[in-house]
Amino acid sequence: MTSSRTSSRSRLASQIIHSALFLLILCAAPLALAKPSPALILKLAAGDNDAKVEALNAIAGSADPEALPLLQALGNDALKVVDGKQVLIVDGDKVTDAVTGATLPALPENAEDVVTNNRVTLALQDAFAALDLTSPDRKTRFEAVKKLQDAPDEAIVPLLDKAQKIEKDPQILDMLRMTQAAAQLHNKDKAVRMAAIETLGTSDDAAMKQLLAGLLDKDGDKFKEPDESVRLAAQNGINAISSRLRRGEWLGSIFTGISLGSILLLAALGLAITYGLMGVINMAHGELIMIGAYATYVTQNVIHAHFPGLIEFYPLFALPVAFLTSGLIGVLMERLVIKHLYGRPLETLLATWGISLILIQTVRTFFGAQNVLVENPQWLSGGIQVMSNLILPWNRLAIILFAALVVIGMTLILTKTRLGLFVRAVTQNRQMASCVGVATPRIDTVAFGLGAGIAGLAGCALSQVTNVGPDLGQGYIVDSFMVVVLGGVGQLSGTIYAALGLGILNKFLEGWAGAVLAKIAVLVFIIVFIQKRPQGLFAIKGRFVDA
Amino acid sequence: MQRRSFIKATAMTIALATAGFATMTASAADTIKVGVLHSLSGTMAISETVLKDTVLMAIDEINAKGGLLGKKLEPVVVDPASNWPLFAEKARQLISNDKVAVTFGCWTSVSRKSVLPVFEELNSLLFYPVQYEGEELSKNVFYTGAAPNQQAIPAVEYLMSKDGGSAKRFVLLGTDYVYPRTTNKILRSFLHSKGVTDDDIMEEYTPFGHSDYQTIIAKIKKFSSEGKKTAVVSTINGDSNVPYYKELGNQGLKATDVPVVAFSVGEEELRGVDAKPLVGHLAAWNYFMSIKNPTNDAFIKKWSAYAKAHNIPGHKDKPLTNDPMEATYIGVNMWAQAVTKAKSTDTDKVIAAMAGQTFKAPGGFTSTMDAKNHHLHKPVFIGEIKADGQFKVVWKTPGPIKAQPWSPYIPEDKGKKDEPEKK
Repeated sequence: MTSSRTSSRSRLASQIIHSALFLLILCAAPLALAKPSPALILKLAAGDNDAKVEALNAIAGSADPEALPLLQALGNDALKVVDGKQVLIVDGDKVTDAVTGATLPALPENAEDVVTNNRVTLALQDAFAALDLTSPDRKTRFEAVKKLQDAPDEAIVPLLDKAQKIEKDPQILDMLRMTQAAAQLHNKDKAVRMAAIETLGTSDDAAMKQLLAGLLDKDGDKFKEPDESVRLAAQNGINAISSRLRRGEWLGSIFTGISLGSILLLAALGLAITYGLMGVINMAHGELIMIGAYATYVTQNVIHAHFPGLIEFYPLFALPVAFLTSGLIGVLMERLVIKHLYGRPLETLLATWGISLILIQTVRTFFGAQNVLVENPQWLSGGIQVMSNLILPWNRLAIILFAALVVIGMTLILTKTRLGLFVRAVTQNRQMASCVGVATPRIDTVAFGLGAGIAGLAGCALSQVTNVGPDLGQGYIVDSFMVVVLGGVGQLSGTIYAALGLGILNKFLEGWAGAVLAKIAVLVFIIVFIQKRPQGLFAIKGRFVDA
Repeated sequence: MQRRSFIKATAMTIALATAGFATMTASAADTIKVGVLHSLSGTMAISETVLKDTVLMAIDEINAKGGLLGKKLEPVVVDPASNWPLFAEKARQLISNDKVAVTFGCWTSVSRKSVLPVFEELNSLLFYPVQYEGEELSKNVFYTGAAPNQQAIPAVEYLMSKDGGSAKRFVLLGTDYVYPRTTNKILRSFLHSKGVTDDDIMEEYTPFGHSDYQTIIAKIKKFSSEGKKTAVVSTINGDSNVPYYKELGNQGLKATDVPVVAFSVGEEELRGVDAKPLVGHLAAWNYFMSIKNPTNDAFIKKWSAYAKAHNIPGHKDKPLTNDPMEATYIGVNMWAQAVTKAKSTDTDKVIAAMAGQTFKAPGGFTSTMDAKNHHLHKPVFIGEIKADGQFKVVWKTPGPIKAQPWSPYIPEDKGKKDEPEKK
């Protein structure tokens, strides 16, 4: 690309560019360049990683838009090098020489990939970002500064200077200042360093804290930063950032607790009806959740095969499918088995456990023993950045919202509908309800089906955060019973408090003692609690309580 | 067509064997039985199922060439269901009832520890294909996976190097059982020797099948913000890796900030994960599917054809190979070579013939079975995850390295002999 033009001018020009580049690498002089020189290209492609990073920093410092194709080729693994001399850019079938711009008929046999590791990738991102710094689009500039912030090189300082002069947006201006400070942390001049530390101390970004901590590093016995007062200032800066970060950490713990709580709640809600209200010890509850998850999987596949345009929204279609599938199985269970066993808890327990084994084996036979792949749609991936150190993932937020909706829906059904009235009547006093004309067996079936259907909804939600396999349900049956018993049998609101309480307790213990110990501690807590208060958190008082 | 009908026959045999009719199939005299002991259900099925198929493919291949000692090989597949005591039970059944000549199996170290007494008591052979923590040397086991000095130590050295990001702080994250605990003990001692203090090391464990990694990721973020450059060493095993990597992506923990190097995550484990947010995270293995050489090309082609012919879920549409598959493949072939050399399937004769066996491995080097210590000499590769779930090799050893089953970083190991105790 270069030579045709440069040769038409004078050799001198190219020599000036050469030496300018050299100067740039050495002392980061602010210079505008016409094009990356052949030497720089070669250094980028054939040099070792040190050379590559150096070359990239030089390109970043020059912010030369003509380097863009080269950078893109490097980023896409489309840059090849032959014998450490010739640098080629591959674009589909087209092979171009990066230096001369000549097109080659085919890729030579001995062309090797230019391998970029994380270190080179980081420098590459910085180079890209440097090119974006002057983009007219605010969002592009914002992203560019954000990228540069992590590990800026001193070579880009002049560029940042320039960007600050033309930047109008106060937020980006602030970030530019921060980035410049970060880049100047190892400046030779003590005053510059001190100023940089002071600026960084006002940040609320964990990455800046890490940069400051770098100043306190020891190299053998000697500190890397020789000046005591600079180290002191860095320490103060770190403390200031830490105190700002603490709030995000606390909020994060509470959020993860609520998120786990919402999952426990969803898993337990169905059981709160079948066990809590109806008194059926349903050991197959976990499998109803598992069926819901598999229903989601099947829906995903069907939509993928027949309506690929709707694949992004398959969870919305999966919800009713999961509800109906699990609900139907629940109705069948009730009609065929449980109906005959009311009032015989031990037999119910054994029978439903048997059903759970049958369901697991059936799923294994049809879908195989391995986990199946339920994909997160794009809108449920990633998260929203609330604070510099707090990202709330979309899938967790969606599940919390969903759990809330299910709770509201269930409350409405139980309190506002005729069916809910009957269910409550039957739970409180079966004989009396029967006497006044409620068809108790029908109500039992419908209520059990409702509980099972809600378990199916839970399965659909769980499929977004956990592995879907035949054993999925077994992991949740103990948790579900724990929540319902702790909350107080026969009480819906108790279940909600118990689920959220257990979730938050578990997550705080996990942060403090690790996942394994936290699980044990929670179980011990529940055992002790149930010993002291067998009726659970909230007990129904009054004379209607079943003995 | 003959080949296809043969494959069908084999598949039938396997189906029958799994169903528990093993004793009713062809009489034992005209075949050599080979045990396959991998979890086909439960938390480890994600990793182990494909190893079962790899053994079957290698056996098919040997049978197609006429079998061994004039006899066909007959696989006996059992499913220990990620249940460690069941491993021992199934191993005993394979050796005592089915009279297998050799067994290929196990992934987790806890399952290997569970079957070890059985193999020693009944003097049978086990080929173990997965990287592990060392600290073990049994005359009845051949370890075709990596010892710590062939995977864990080079990986951490890479993280500490300039190219790996000059990490100064380490999070050692694992599933709670013997392999991660021991590996982390070795790594902690190794890091001490490099001047990393306990303040800069965080160790965290989760139970098998753990699926909620929110707190752990938050902890890693906090730990990494407290000081110098941080890296995570993950020894998480089984299907927990899927929620772990999903959470990592959702929480935006980028490889350029906090690189994660994993020892039990390969192409197969990443199948169910969107790899785009994970680009740049690392894995250390002795083989990657992306390695370019003629042996590997042939290996991948063979596997793709096999997966298609046998309708292996997932692999029939998107065939993947990984390190433990390569190690399994090396194991079966080396065993076959040793049997040919010993002219017998007798355990002791095969053990003697195994010493010094070589095999041109898909990894691009000739793997040699050490003359004494039952481990392979293997090269080490470090790869970065690419957006398509494959790995880009960013570092490798110049050649194969000899395994050190007894780590020099564990003081009690001093003076232990580099060969199994003779009984």
